[in-house]
Amino acid sequence: MNQAQKRNALFISVWTAIVVIAIYLPIVCGALASLSKGRYFGFPVREYSIEWWEKTLDSFEIGMLTRTSFTVALSVTLLSVVIAFFGALAFARYEWKGRRLFQKIVLLPIFFPQPVLGLALLLWFSALGIQTSWITAVFAHMVWIVPVVTLVIAIQVYGFDPTLEEAAYDLGCTRFQVFREITLPLLWPGIWSGMLFAFLLSWGNFPLSLYTAGADSTIPKWLYAKMVAGYTPMVPALGTMSTLGAALALGLGGLVVYLYRRRQEGR
Amino acid sequence: MAFRLPTAGTRSAIPVGLLLLLGFAAPLVAIVAYSFATPRSFDVFTSFTLENYAGIFDVENTVWLSFLWSGLFALATVVLLAIFAYPIAYGLNRVFGRWSSLVSILFVFPLFVSENVRLYGWVLFFIKNGVLDGSLKAFGFEGGPDVLFTPGMILAGMLYTYLPFMLFPMTLGLAMVPGDLIDAARDLGAGRFQIWREIELPLAMPGILIGMLLTFVLGIGAIAEAKILGGQSVIVIAHDIEIAFTYSQNWPLGSALAVVITGFIAVLTLAVFGRLDLDRLLGRR
Repeated sequence: MNQAQKRNALFISVWTAIVVIAIYLPIVCGALASLSKGRYFGFPVREYSIEWWEKTLDSFEIGMLTRTSFTVALSVTLLSVVIAFFGALAFARYEWKGRRLFQKIVLLPIFFPQPVLGLALLLWFSALGIQTSWITAVFAHMVWIVPVVTLVIAIQVYGFDPTLEEAAYDLGCTRFQVFREITLPLLWPGIWSGMLFAFLLSWGNFPLSLYTAGADSTIPKWLYAKMVAGYTPMVPALGTMSTLGAALALGLGGLVVYLYRRRQEGR
Repeated sequence: MAFRLPTAGTRSAIPVGLLLLLGFAAPLVAIVAYSFATPRSFDVFTSFTLENYAGIFDVENTVWLSFLWSGLFALATVVLLAIFAYPIAYGLNRVFGRWSSLVSILFVFPLFVSENVRLYGWVLFFIKNGVLDGSLKAFGFEGGPDVLFTPGMILAGMLYTYLPFMLFPMTLGLAMVPGDLIDAARDLGAGRFQIWREIELPLAMPGILIGMLLTFVLGIGAIAEAKILGGQSVIVIAHDIEIAFTYSQNWPLGSALAVVITGFIAVLTLAVFGRLDLDRLLGRR
């Protein structure tokens, strides 16, 4: 590296570090607010306490909405990954006539503002006479999350060698055997990442839940309601807990992929 | 044979196709249908009127102001994010080496935290006696600037929320620029600016274009930033749609607004998608 390139690299690293700090600053502010004693936040924090964390953990209401959030995210994950798995094969594996068109259609819900999508779905459910609840929220989340998961799995599918499947067929495997022994293990890291994305995106989703969950509340929806009217330090406390939960899920999920890759390479 | 079983590709596309038909295409058709219904009514399909659209384009109505704000915010978001994200995308491809995946994860993670939690963190940072104000006072300064609930703060919130949507497509785009091509150009005597303009930028364009489109579209529909950081000092278009759907119970008007937004987005998206090769961008080299 010459002098100019070094300077360049330094500038890029410093800039990236500044942006990363800016990204995590508000999350840290939330954590500070949740750990300070007293109803109103002031900085520097006069006295730290975990009373708001305890209150949040003890709250029956928050237990309920955590369960709803979890149920929604889990349902979205399981349904999305199945649909998106086949979607990814159609996206990247098979050569078929409508493939290029299909690729673009799949992207459309990602390129659409979620608040508008949520309202359109609300209207659609009501036109059909469907009462909105956490079940309709699952459907709404899927409209946005299935395309994302399809992309995540498709990236893995691009690196997949179709001749392996053909070889297995030639050796006399049945369709199911090929699927279980060849296709699934090879695409597993992509599927796993897709599941992780589905769960976490659903867990943190606010605009779709706001309009399509009806009377059922999820964590982001409840937090928003309290931010607008009736702030209590339980808001940053629950927000921080939810963030830590997501970080934990991401860390564990990443660890699984890492260990899997290592085992594969070790063979 | 009169009837052939669809190919494996077509069959695999069916579940996603059905979901998007029922969950994306149908709701959009529904809002188009509602947008022609009598204002403040629920008589879809039984009435036909252009009144809702006439209302939107009426100069007396201030809804055009919301369109203007949303458009300006989205445009500013795209331009500034393109500048802010470029060095990071470049770094992820060329500078960070084995740290790249860790840096990527740091940028992905916030996507999994609800935007209202993150935006509220900024409120705690900038509010009177908040983190900034309190720290400055503790060091004997006057106290923090009064930036909350201003249009500039809304823009900052949007930059903050939509950064990953610019960064990752841009990173994919820059990954399509072969390193040896740049080396070759340098050996042949090209300057840094020349390399950037003649090689890097054109080859990375598909990714950059997707990033710009994505941030623009999301920016047009943004609402949380204006509500949480803007304190309703500015009403953006998505907020108008929400008001029509909720407080004023005027679904036909809300639908008409949503149709205008959707049409605008559709034109942009289709124009960009027309010249996109997703196979190349996502990995089939």
